[in-house]
Amino acid sequence: MKTLEELKVLREESYNKMYMRGMTEGVRVQVGYGTCGIAAGAKPVYDTFVSEVESLKLNNVEVTKVGCMGECAFEPIVEIVESNGSKTIYCLVTDRIASEIIEEHIVKGNRIDKYLLSKIKR
Amino acid sequence: MLDKMHILICGGPECRNSKSKQIRDKFNEEIKRLNLGDDIKTILTGCFGLCALGPHVLIYPGEKLYSGITLDDIPEIVEQHIAKGKPVERLLFKGVFDRTKFKNRSELTFFAKQERVALRNCGIINPLEINEYIARDGYEALGTVVTTLTPQETIDEMKKSGLRGRGGGGFPTGLKWEFASKSVSDQKYVICNADEGDPGAFMDRAVLEGDPHSVLEAMAICGYAIGANTGYIYIRAEYPVAVERLQIAIDQARELELLGKNIFNSGFDFDIEIRLGAGAFVCGEETALIASIEGERGMPRKKPPYPAVKGLFGQPTNVNNVETFANVPPIFLKGSDWFKSIGTEKSPGTKVFALGGKIANTGLLEVPMGTTLREVIYEIGGGIPNKRKFKAAQTGGPSGGCITEESLDTPIDFDNLVKLGSMMGSGGMIVMDEDNCMVDVARFYLEFTVEESCGKCTPCREGTKRMLDILNRICEGNGTLEDLDVLERLANMIKDSSLCGLGQTAPNPVLSTLKHFRDEYEAHVIDKVCPAGVCSNLTKYLVLDNCIGCTKCARNCPVDAITGKVKEKHYINTDICISCGACKAACPVNAISTKPEDWEAYNG
Repeated sequence: MKTLEELKVLREESYNKMYMRGMTEGVRVQVGYGTCGIAAGAKPVYDTFVSEVESLKLNNVEVTKVGCMGECAFEPIVEIVESNGSKTIYCLVTDRIASEIIEEHIVKGNRIDKYLLSKIKR
Repeated sequence: MLDKMHILICGGPECRNSKSKQIRDKFNEEIKRLNLGDDIKTILTGCFGLCALGPHVLIYPGEKLYSGITLDDIPEIVEQHIAKGKPVERLLFKGVFDRTKFKNRSELTFFAKQERVALRNCGIINPLEINEYIARDGYEALGTVVTTLTPQETIDEMKKSGLRGRGGGGFPTGLKWEFASKSVSDQKYVICNADEGDPGAFMDRAVLEGDPHSVLEAMAICGYAIGANTGYIYIRAEYPVAVERLQIAIDQARELELLGKNIFNSGFDFDIEIRLGAGAFVCGEETALIASIEGERGMPRKKPPYPAVKGLFGQPTNVNNVETFANVPPIFLKGSDWFKSIGTEKSPGTKVFALGGKIANTGLLEVPMGTTLREVIYEIGGGIPNKRKFKAAQTGGPSGGCITEESLDTPIDFDNLVKLGSMMGSGGMIVMDEDNCMVDVARFYLEFTVEESCGKCTPCREGTKRMLDILNRICEGNGTLEDLDVLERLANMIKDSSLCGLGQTAPNPVLSTLKHFRDEYEAHVIDKVCPAGVCSNLTKYLVLDNCIGCTKCARNCPVDAITGKVKEKHYINTDICISCGACKAACPVNAISTKPEDWEAYNG
């Protein structure tokens, strides 16, 4: 890459991919994968998401690792970003909860309120 | 082109009843009518969580929330806010940050008061994918700088922004760059100081793990400004995840020719290498860090000459901290005026704090400078758990001091913290409540510095050890009043005569606790009592009258010192008691006390 124009083309492409613009039903699953998340058990959670997405053949779901969001006390944190712009943050996720999120939230479209970050008793 | 503005329209079922589709169409129509371009996006989102007051429209940047708007309001919003950038105050939702109103939107309780500059991409992009960084304007700042600005203009912009080093000292970054650029040499270096060592601080790790490219981009910009072609990231091997992700990021940037020869066809070459440290606290000091990269023992040397004149391998070198670098790309993207508009006049921008200790939301937060400690602790941090009372907050880790309740409303910036006898440090913030013994806290930090002192200069090597001896004596109950004076004298001496920042600041925790909590020290040496009930030699446990007789304490006592019948008040046999505190932790009604005043009442 040698020019700003090339950079802009790549940015446009990446942006569309990242935010699923143009798609009707894309879902991006962001698993907090900083040291705090890993220590709290993000790996089995991430693995569960990947394997469930594969086995259920959910082609419009992208599972990705992201850094620390800041709420380290409530890791592993998983954020579900949907193509309509809605964002849902689940916290203290385990592999069992991960399967539940796939089944209920991503496949059926029902948010599971009891695992939301906002519902956790401080 | 990235979108200039996002108009988020609540599309939840409640708001949909109030015509969110029509609202969006009306917005699009107005934007088209005024020909404002297609980089303004209208997006139907999920429920905002304030359904009674809908429909809502949220406009980024600025996070301006309009609520209860009608179709007739839209032309005004578009004309005033979107075209001219002036929000329509009349229609804005009042009290966006009111916690009670947003109880069901987690993001808003924790994130609303935050302003994320350094952490802008953390938790949002995949750090292993350079494309995601590029999607969020990555490397555009570098491209613009090397193709349109001269190195001097780059430095001038940096100076204008007023960014101050986030590693602790708060030295103006632009000035630092200028010093390095004025040193004449055919070889210069840029170093990123990622040797984060404060106990309780982890913001640099979060940036490196969550957004490594922002640091690489900023280092390249710095290299262009000062005329360096090589950068080193000095990071501790204790951060394996960050090291791995940095290496991946460097490889990806090289592949896209964003690092390497002739970047953006400007003739500017820059490449970055990683150097691992073994995790010594002193290597956060820049001359010790440089020695460590050179393969020497990590020990500081006398300054001047400063690294900007004679640094790595004897060449002019600019050293900046991770968080400082993470602030650089947004400054060049959005301009120094934008950056100056955040924070206070003398400390522009934001600061990341690592919140730990007795606090509900342990974690990282980024707030504009000038935010008060009260907002940080009670509003963003969620307050102190278990209904305990706030006692103090330690900022700046082992180099800083404690801030007490009466200073909670002081706006946090570099200068105010120094005035309070503490310092910004790298931004670790440990919250302590009434169960923390301040003498013990001071001892903890001093233990750390004694262990981390490199031993080069005597005041730090010997002096801190002697101070620790005295503190140990006090905590064991063998301290005298004279010890307090000796402690103070020794502390000031070490502060004045140590070679580097580690020694010069090591006595701070002792000095500031002595200043604010002298009564606690005196209780230890005169009354031989630890008021917080931490120092076990000086703690006696007592069951208060509000005991409900649940027997939990007796069952948890490891030495069977507690007797009592079910539903009756229990008693502790102080001859057997070993002051371990297990009963206090087990008590559901807080009926076990170590407070001296309770003992006085008991003894009559």
